[in-house]
This record gives sequence, C-alpha cells and structure tokens, in this order.
Amino acid sequence: MRKLALRDEILLKVEKPARYIGGEIGSIQKNMDQVSIRFAMCFPDVYEIGMSHLGIQILYDMLNRMDDVWCERVYSPWTDLDEIMRKENIPLFALESQEPVRGFDFLGITLQYEMCYTNILQVLDLAGIPLLSTERGCDDPIVIGGGPCSYNPEPIADFFDLFYIGEGENRYGELLTLYRKFRGIAEDGRGHFSERKNEWDREGFLREAAKIPGIYAPSLYDVSYGEDGCIASFTPKYDDIPAVIEKEMVEDLDSSPYPTAPVVPFIRVTQDRMTLEIMRGCIRGCRFCQAGQLYKPLRERSTQVLKKYARELMKNTGHEEISLSSLSSSDYTGLPELLDFLMEECGRQKVNIALPSLRIDAFSLDVMNKVQDVKKSSLTFAPEAGTQRMRNVINKGLTQEDIEGGAREAFLGGWNKVKLYFMLGLPGETTEDIQGIAHLANDIAKLYYDTVPKEERKGKIQITVSTSFFVPKPFTPFQWAPMDRPEMFTQKAAICKEEIRAQLNQKSIKYNWHDADTSIMEGVFARGDRRLCKVILRAYEAGCFYDAWTEYYKHDVWMQCFEEEGIDPYFYTERERTKEEILPWDFISCKVSRSFLWREWEKSKCEEVSTNCREGCQGCGMAAYGLGICPKRK
Amino acid sequence: MAYKLRIKFNKYAHMIFIGHLDLMRYFQKAMRRGGVDISYSEGFSPHQIMSFAQPLGVGIYSDGEYMDISVNSLTSEQQLKDALNGVMSEGVDILSVKLLADKTPNSMASVVAASYFVAFREGYEPDFDLAKAAADFYAQDKIMIEKETKKGTRTLDLKEHIYSFSYDPDKNSLYMLLDASSGGNIKPSLVMEQLYREQGRELGEFDLIVTREDMFALKDPDKPGVFISLGEIGDSY
Ligand code: SF4
Repeated sequence: MRKLALRDEILLKVEKPARYIGGEIGSIQKNMDQVSIRFAMCFPDVYEIGMSHLGIQILYDMLNRMDDVWCERVYSPWTDLDEIMRKENIPLFALESQEPVRGFDFLGITLQYEMCYTNILQVLDLAGIPLLSTERGCDDPIVIGGGPCSYNPEPIADFFDLFYIGEGENRYGELLTLYRKFRGIAEDGRGHFSERKNEWDREGFLREAAKIPGIYAPSLYDVSYGEDGCIASFTPKYDDIPAVIEKEMVEDLDSSPYPTAPVVPFIRVTQDRMTLEIMRGCIRGCRFCQAGQLYKPLRERSTQVLKKYARELMKNTGHEEISLSSLSSSDYTGLPELLDFLMEECGRQKVNIALPSLRIDAFSLDVMNKVQDVKKSSLTFAPEAGTQRMRNVINKGLTQEDIEGGAREAFLGGWNKVKLYFMLGLPGETTEDIQGIAHLANDIAKLYYDTVPKEERKGKIQITVSTSFFVPKPFTPFQWAPMDRPEMFTQKAAICKEEIRAQLNQKSIKYNWHDADTSIMEGVFARGDRRLCKVILRAYEAGCFYDAWTEYYKHDVWMQCFEEEGIDPYFYTERERTKEEILPWDFISCKVSRSFLWREWEKSKCEEVSTNCREGCQGCGMAAYGLGICPKRK
Repeated sequence: MAYKLRIKFNKYAHMIFIGHLDLMRYFQKAMRRGGVDISYSEGFSPHQIMSFAQPLGVGIYSDGEYMDISVNSLTSEQQLKDALNGVMSEGVDILSVKLLADKTPNSMASVVAASYFVAFREGYEPDFDLAKAAADFYAQDKIMIEKETKKGTRTLDLKEHIYSFSYDPDKNSLYMLLDASSGGNIKPSLVMEQLYREQGRELGEFDLIVTREDMFALKDPDKPGVFISLGEIGDSY
C-alpha cells in the first residue's frame, strides 16, 4: 500500500483531499528498481484545472511508455494546504509515489497562461528547489518549461534551466539520453540501472542540451538593452549554441503516441470527459490568435485512428462524455464521418457527446439536435468584433449574414439561447465598432421575433454577450500593436453596456465583461522581457499567487512591485513596436516568418482580409517544411 | 427483463478520502470499464440504476458497504466480481454479489443498523481507563444527550439507539452496533463524544479511526431487534 505524503489529520482538514492522494485509475505506478529517470510533470494551478489539460496527459503517457522513466504529476496545492505545508515544512510531493519532487531528475512545468507565473514560484518554493536557475546545484532537478507561454519565456527565464519550444512529442527521448550520459546512469543488460552520480556537470549538461533542436537554455544567452529601454542585442554566450531556436512539430499525428488510457480523476474536474484531439493547427489566420500561428500547419488525424482511440478511451476510462479537441472543429474534413460513428457508438454505450463550438449551419444543427437537449443548449458565435470593418481588421471570416443565416435556421429548429463572444480594445477600434456589438446582438434578437411566429415561440430569446479585453500576443500580426490602458477598457465596456441598454430588445440581452486589471498584467507578461523576472519574484515574495483566480489577484501589490523594481508595466503594453525593434522572443522561430506577420499587420491596418489556407496559401513560410495542409496548397 | 443485484464492497487506503458523490461517480465509470450490462433510466440523459445503502463519511473505513444495481442480463456472481475487481482502484474491493428477489426492498430503504469498530489514531489514545469508562457508559439505564438536528437541538436517549457495545482489550478498541434507520441514524462519533464527556474529556476531531464493519436490515419486518446483514439477503447465482 502506498504511504500518503500527508497525514490523515491534514487530509481531513483541507478542502477536497482527493487533490493530493493520487491513485486514480490510469495513474502509473512503477517499480523503482527498473526506473532510471524520475520526471515530475507539473501544471502550476489547482488539480481540477491541471487534470483537465490534454497536453499533460499526452506527455505523461509518452514518458511512461519509456520503461525506465517514471513520470508523475504535480499540481499547485490549493491555498489551504499551501499554508499548512509552509507551517509544517512539508515538501511538495508528486501524486503517484507521494515522494518529494526535490529528489526527481526533472521537473517539467507546462505554461498555459501568463497568470500562472507566480504559481511556478510557489511550486519551486514548496518543493525546496532554489527559485533561480543560477542557484541550483547537483542535487536539484532540471527545471524545464513548455507549452504556449514558452514561445516568449523571457519574463520567467531566470526560474528555468531549460525550455522546450514546440510540440513535446519529439525531443524528450534525446534529452533524457543525454541526461543519463551526464549522470553516469547505465543499464546492466537485465533492466537494472546503476546509481546516478551525485557530483555531475550540470552546466555541461545544459550546454549540450541547448544543442538539441527545440531546446532553449536561457542562462546561455546574453541580453543587452538600449537607452530607449528596448533590446539592443540578444546573443548566445558560446559559438556552438544556436542563435535561433526553432519550434518542434509533429510530422504525422497518426503515428505519434496518444493517451487512450488517461488518468481518470476521482473528483469532478473542469473537463471531466474523454478528449479526442482531431487535429492540430488551424487554417483560419485570425490576426489576434496566437494558437493559430503556433500550431501551424493544420495536421489532421485520420478518422480511422480516431475511431480506434474513441473505443479504447471508452473502455479504459468509463467516462460518460466525450468531446473533440481542436482549434476549429468545423474545418476537420472527416467531421461528418467521425460524428456519425460517435453518435452510434456513444448511443450504444450511453456516453454523451459534448460538441465543440462548431460553425452554426445546417449540418451542425442537425448534429446538435441529435445529441443535445435543444431546450437547454445554446448557440455559440464568436464574431469577436461588432462591425464588419473591425472583423476585416482581425481577419475573422464571419459575416453578419453568416451569423444570421445560422441563427435563423436554429431558431426555426427550436433554439432560443444565443451566446456571442467579442473582444474590446482591438487595434484601431472606434466607438462605432464597440456600439456595433450592441447592434449585432439586437439584430439577432429581432431576427428571432421575425423568424419564429408568436404561437411557435418557446419562450423569449436569450442573448448573452461576453467581451474580453484584447491582449496582443507574440507570433501574431498584432505582436507590434499597442494595448489599451485599464481605464480605457473600463470605458469601452461602459460604452458597450450603454449601447446595449439603448437597444429595442435590450431586455433579452445579458452582458458580461472580463476584468481589466488581469488583462493588463497578461499583456505585460505576454510581451515582456527578462527584466520582469525580478518583478514576478518580488510579487511572489509579497504574497501573490493564484493570480489567475480573480479572488486572489492583488493588483495593488503587483503595481507596487513594478514601482519598487523601477519598471513601468505600460512600457510593455502601450507602445506600438517598430519593424526594426528586437522583440524579446525574436530568437525563437515558430516557423511562420516574421515578414509574413508584418505583412498581415500592414494589411490589417488597411482593413484587408487574407484567405485561409484552404482557399489560398498566404505564404507564411510554413510550406518549406512540407507538412500537413501546406503541400496541397501552392 | 431486469435483475436486481446487491454488491458488497469495502473502502480503505486513499479511497477513504473520496466522498459519497464522487464514489458514486467512480462506480458509474467502473460499471462501464467493467462492461457490466447495467440498466439505464429512460429519458434524454439516461443514468445507471444504482443506489447505495448509506453514505459513508470522508475518512471512515469500511468492510461492509452496499449498493444495489439493476442489470439487463445475468452472468454469474464470480464473473461480475472479477469484472469489477479488474477495474477497481486500490482501496475498493468487491467482496460479494447477491441476486435479489424482485420484491426485496433496496438497501437504502431497508438498512436499520450498522456496526462499527472504533480505534484510536496513534498518539491520540484516551488518557483514561477506556475499559472501565466503556463499561460504566453502557451500564447506564438512560444516556440523555442533546442532538443537533436541522430543526435545532433535541434531547434523546442514546441508549435506545445503541444495540450492542463492547470493549476489546487486545486492540484497545470499541465495537458498537448502532441505529442506522433513516429516522434515528447515530454516528459512532456521537457516541464517543458522550463517552468522553462523561469522563470529563473532549473528543478531538482526529482522535478516532472508525471502520464500518457491516450494515443490517430487520430479519423479519414484524420483529424489531432481530437483524440480518444486508449481504446475507438474496441468493448466490
Ligand atoms: S504555408 Fe500556406 S498553407 Fe501552409 S500554413 Fe502557411 S499559409 Fe497555410
């Protein structure tokens, strides 16, 4: 029987003890005699969020397929346990073995959103690992980051030994082999491994690792700044270290490993279901979207493989719901076939299908009608901007006619709930663009009353308008764009609200908007540089963590920390960058060319749209790799 | 055609930290993993026909938990046990399966008593003579206590709800058979609180290690006080 790291008294005292006990179906136990490398994979947020993330499950499965590697999971202890662990000096442990993370070889941390940065420090701190890479020694794990935020790792560069840029499936094998060599771990031919050397060349390892494609060792690069505060140079310290790090990408999804027996949590988590990743990448090229560029080119999994995975997932997990994962599921070519299969298979096994947000048209309405309770479900549209002009600026290929066409059909089919998602603060936004949000919502309400005769209406139309504040992200055409100040955001939300209230159908429209302060902070970290490390460290020491949770976000403390470090946060958000400026992430290549992004930025200023990859290649630079959709588009 | 089955299981190791609702979800998934031909309710979102005798508090061990399920086809007791044990997490074992007659009331409706072992967490043992305290406690004619209910406090004679009570000197633990009927359900901690109170002590939050040993129904509905284990009702198949 496993011995739990926490005493019963603690587990009975904290909220949701199941966050800390491990032992779930699908969690992996290994015999320590046959393990040469121990890997702790961390999602720096609470269990229920971390457990919902597909990427972690993919890497967990992939690493544990290696016989001599034992990958375990680590999440941020919630605030109640955090306090107890600090008071009682209980070191952070991994869920499977319940043993301290400090004794592991690697601590991998996935970086899914900027607001988790202080939680990285919480995890390191509780684990007893020095927060700064430069202060770590031979008996500290190698701390390696990955995930979307590692495409601009600079604001957290000081806390990591390595970053993995790109899709995790490719290079871990090589990295671990190199590590075994440096630690003197050898196999005796009978599946047993020699002890690792206690004294070893950690620096040398980092330097060799930095030569593996996709691996970035921040300590091996020097940055200097000019008088204007911008980066003057960014160079490797050694000649044999690459000046540019290219992202790694999987060539063929069908032959890359997929977790068909993932960990099944005991408690309800945010995404409590099976997930089928149907494709990676996106053809659409929305100019605000970072994922769209990072995961290019579009690569599909074959329906045949997906059907097999679906059956295995059902058998191995027993989950009662399945969903599809991708950036734009309507663009998956095998969608009708896959959904037909799922409807049949799930009907038999009494498994629900959670539909991803599909483009609303006759096909998707038919599917929704079959798998959801029309009375309860709602239609989702993400026009992102209120006017066609603004949608052209952001290259969101969704017109008012598209929305009305889909909505009309849906209203006739019995739907009367509509969700609309928009962004405020897009580049070049005018008051008319903001008011356009209200008008669009009103037009849809009107359409409902015009379309559905009174006697057939099943209640009033309910429209929910949600706006978030636009945050420019690296590797998008808007990476050069200025971002609004919080007071402007608040003003814009007020304009939007006022205009909605002025509409004829205002009673049918509900309006939600996102908090402005955290959006600003997200904007600072998204495009920040290394100088922010000390602000983040200071904020953590001043008690900031769980910043992604509005109830824990302490804006005043953050602002004070910026001031104490003499750093102006708005330097990172308000400036429009020039073409020449060295951006903090310029040393990374996501294989989409900078010139393409600049071209798109200029086109956006002229309100000019670009075709998607299927309609016509935009020459983004990705075609050179001959993968996915690219070879088919010349 | 549907068949009613009663499944007996235990709960130990890390599973004691899984609450009742999560345990239900756990078993729903286990039924699917084990390929059990369980019956579903009608309607838009069908759910499995499954009910539990009584929720078990978080942190409590058990050797005698019960759930009743309805299945569409019968295999054998052994087959079902193996199928489910093959997909269990450590901390829950399927102990037995019985086929119930159609008219057998479900476990939730029929449970009237539950037996418990109460031991002490290391370092939290009582500092008084437990053997004597237990004997004195149970020798009283009446044990009047104030019980907190949703509608405020009410006075009740605890003695009426304790069907058996004894001290085991070898294990320094107590065995108690308590009322578990829907109207008079008594938790072992309530009994222990009073026992401690009578010794001039206060029971601490983490002092006890409680194991529910079994649950019982009335052997004959007309004869109060004669119990049969829920696991002895029904037939092997
Ligand atoms: S090269 Fe063309 S087809 Fe390929 S991702 Fe870029 S724009 Fe799309």
